[in-house]
Amino acid sequence: MDQQVDGSAGHPEARYGGAGRMSDATVAAHEQAAAALADFVPAANGFSGRDVPADDIFNRCVRCGLCLPTCPTYVETMVETSSPRGRIALIKSVAEGQLDMLSPGFVHQMSECLDCRACEAVCPSGVEYGKLLEPARTQINRALEQQRGPVRNFVRHLLLHVLFGNLAVMRVVSRLLWLVQRLGLQAMVHKSGLARLLGMQQMIELAPRVSDKFFVARDQRWEAKGAKKATVFLHGGCIMATAFAEIDFATVRVLQRAGCEVLAPAAQGCCGAITVHAGDMDAGRELAKRNIDAFERSGADYYVINAAGCGSTLKEYGHLFHEDPEWHARAVRFSAKVRDVTEFLDQIGIDENLGRIETTVTYQEPCHLVHAQRITQAPRNLLRKIPGLTLVEMNESSLCCGSAGIYNVTQPEMSQRLMERKAKNAAATGASCCATANPGCQLQVQAGLRREGSTMSVRHVIELLDESYRIADAVPAPATSRGTPATR
Amino acid sequence: MLHSAPLPARLLDELRRILPRPGAVLDAREDLMVYGYDGTWYEGFPQVVAIPDSAEQIAQIVQLANRERLAVTPRAMGSSLSGGPVPLRGGIVLDTKRMNRILEIDEVNFLAVVQPGVINADLQAAVERRGLFYPPDPSSMRQSAIGGNVAENAGGSRCLKYGVTSDYVMGLQVVLPTGAIIRTGGKMVKNVTGYNLRALFTGAEGTLGVITEATLRLLRKPPFSLTAMAVFASIADAARCVTEIMSAGLTPCALEMMDDVTMACVEEMFHLGLPVEREAILLVAVDGGQRELVEAEMEAVSGLARAAGAVEVRVAADAAESSALWQARRGISPALARKRPNKLGEDVSIPRSEIPRMVRAVRAIASKYALTIPLFGHVGDGNLHPNILCDRHDAAELERVGAAAREIFEAAVACGGTLSGEHGIGLLKKQFIELDLGSEQVEAMRRIKAALDPNGIMNPGKIFPEPGGVGAFKL
Repeated sequence: MDQQVDGSAGHPEARYGGAGRMSDATVAAHEQAAAALADFVPAANGFSGRDVPADDIFNRCVRCGLCLPTCPTYVETMVETSSPRGRIALIKSVAEGQLDMLSPGFVHQMSECLDCRACEAVCPSGVEYGKLLEPARTQINRALEQQRGPVRNFVRHLLLHVLFGNLAVMRVVSRLLWLVQRLGLQAMVHKSGLARLLGMQQMIELAPRVSDKFFVARDQRWEAKGAKKATVFLHGGCIMATAFAEIDFATVRVLQRAGCEVLAPAAQGCCGAITVHAGDMDAGRELAKRNIDAFERSGADYYVINAAGCGSTLKEYGHLFHEDPEWHARAVRFSAKVRDVTEFLDQIGIDENLGRIETTVTYQEPCHLVHAQRITQAPRNLLRKIPGLTLVEMNESSLCCGSAGIYNVTQPEMSQRLMERKAKNAAATGASCCATANPGCQLQVQAGLRREGSTMSVRHVIELLDESYRIADAVPAPATSRGTPATR
Repeated sequence: MLHSAPLPARLLDELRRILPRPGAVLDAREDLMVYGYDGTWYEGFPQVVAIPDSAEQIAQIVQLANRERLAVTPRAMGSSLSGGPVPLRGGIVLDTKRMNRILEIDEVNFLAVVQPGVINADLQAAVERRGLFYPPDPSSMRQSAIGGNVAENAGGSRCLKYGVTSDYVMGLQVVLPTGAIIRTGGKMVKNVTGYNLRALFTGAEGTLGVITEATLRLLRKPPFSLTAMAVFASIADAARCVTEIMSAGLTPCALEMMDDVTMACVEEMFHLGLPVEREAILLVAVDGGQRELVEAEMEAVSGLARAAGAVEVRVAADAAESSALWQARRGISPALARKRPNKLGEDVSIPRSEIPRMVRAVRAIASKYALTIPLFGHVGDGNLHPNILCDRHDAAELERVGAAAREIFEAAVACGGTLSGEHGIGLLKKQFIELDLGSEQVEAMRRIKAALDPNGIMNPGKIFPEPGGVGAFKL
């Protein structure tokens, strides 16, 4: 080949004297490239209808690159396309018709992103990245619904709408899982090939040991201990209320002790985080309306949640109702009352009559607490209040563990890489317990540590506080289904 | 640019043989479109992205490019503020950020040997753990890599006392545009053997070769430091104060200015309690090895500030208070970024004695073109960052921005200053370079470029102006 196309449109310097002079053949190649430019066919699939990523958000990105070193997928791959800045550029390109929304690279990047929001927390320009990603995923999903086979659409529907859309169904499924676990049938399920058939090997490996007793919101009311400071609406959650039900019960006890009357209205439902992150904002809106309505009727002062992932979604309900002024106003009022349980307890102050736990604890920061809600000190402050407990920081404590909602199902490879990285960082502290504040992280870090061969336990901050109160009261620990007290 | 012609399959195959690691050669449209930008708003579109792991691989890629007359645009983190990593002629974007190891920290010779993809802040943290100190601290230090820092000869706040990147480059390994690997300089303090090529490659903006390794000088970390804020009712007094501090022979490690427009932007965003009703503040830091000397120097600085008309001088009582003051400085860029959709960050550098004149000129230009131009910068070394705030999608405004930028460059040159103190010329200022250096000097640079890069493949389109001179300047 005697002519080399070099991709530029007849640049003047090519003909200009002095250094950097290019040959005539190269200049001709420039012209050829210019012709290629003219041949470019605009993208066939673009954003449309509702939930279009907003140009006033992506145009705020000044491409400074500060987000890159904070992005888990960038840190792992070191490829610009897998960075927040790269993904924002791709979203902008689709919006401007220069890239097809269903091009493999775009679909992959929108899926590979963890939605951990680490980029958002450091962005000097205030780009609300989550508000670009979730609509972009929603756009892709709407388009793919027509292309996906009926079976895959049905499985997706089951997972996102039936399982997470209805807490009763969640409890039935969890009870089945509980039964399988108690009868020791996991190995059989694994071997039968059923797991592989459903593409859920990792999910089954990660499946928590389900609590014996579920937390079911049935309009209960628990009295405050001592002088009452507030009435709080406890959001029991879905995974939390079944797999980690004892954390919900512990949350009730710790809140009571902090002077809160605790309500668990039956009308509450799933927060919608899983559906919104997976790119189904329509389903997310229905779930949001149910919770807003339940809270307004409850008369509680605050809406308290012990799962960071749910908390960040609950605090961002306004974003779901951009095109609906009435619900938007209600959603904004609602979100202003939402508090993560650690944030809330740190604000109102806890009963400091805590029992001694001689142990070393490291803290894994849930992305949706540290990045999405910018809560870093509250959980640490609470942990430091426990006498005897030493808090040691791990490396990269705020780098995503790879759990990220259903990410470990959609992106198993990257999820595992991040899980191993997290487990190594946690294990390197030599702590005997890893505290966190989100069920997804709890499962993921536990699985990672197990794979590392570490015996470190993983507990919610609230569980440690609850244990400390029990020790103060000299009450024996209740038989928990997992049996991983920090003091072990 | 939307598109560039694909690279012929045989060249892709050859690149993949050089870089067998999966994912080391990218040619999908989605990948190409994100390797064409940097921290400016310029965009290019490469034909292929190559992600090597070693200098030897880079040498082979450059040999291929030189044979095929393909442009090579080196890049690490892509945080440049002058367009350096933007590929203007398609070709290969050479992404060096996987080469990110600190190869050696030599505590006897006080130096570090690093690969180009090491992030500045990571190097600083690594050496500070051993009580050592790497002073160059560009504001981008958390996201910019040493390769780019050396290529652009980056500065920062501490350069006032400690000097810029080139003062710390003792040696470089470079892949020349013809594909040869050379080492220039090394661990020696003194070295006059032959031309000082490491000085030539430092700040060459990737137009003369690819930096594949750097040997960097380190210092002992000064254990004591103090910070103060001096508040001025008139920016002219603040500017004069800078001249007086520096001409008194004092050596603060940082001396930064913020004008009222800048303070208002920062205050609106961060509510730090800045004296927004005043025209300017100076932030001063002094450091050193002995507490008494550091305290005495701060005393002297404060005295000069009061004498120059400071209405208040507040010395931070402890580390927390001093960190709060520097938070205001670090908050400038974020605050400005949120004020308007875009900002054109300028980087003029002038003799310190001319600071009052330059300040007046920038203010006059802002008012002439009805633009908001916050003025701040490393005023102690004469490096100012007038930032023109704008919306680049507003064509009429953009035209005024272009005219104002041009007048700022011209004012800097008229003050005996230069176009760029630490960002580099790249694309943003290339039309003005002859105005600053004269055509004969630029021609001498072209001859150096042609001698090292006979086929003009290495980062083409940077530094040297297009025909048409200043009149052809466009944003």
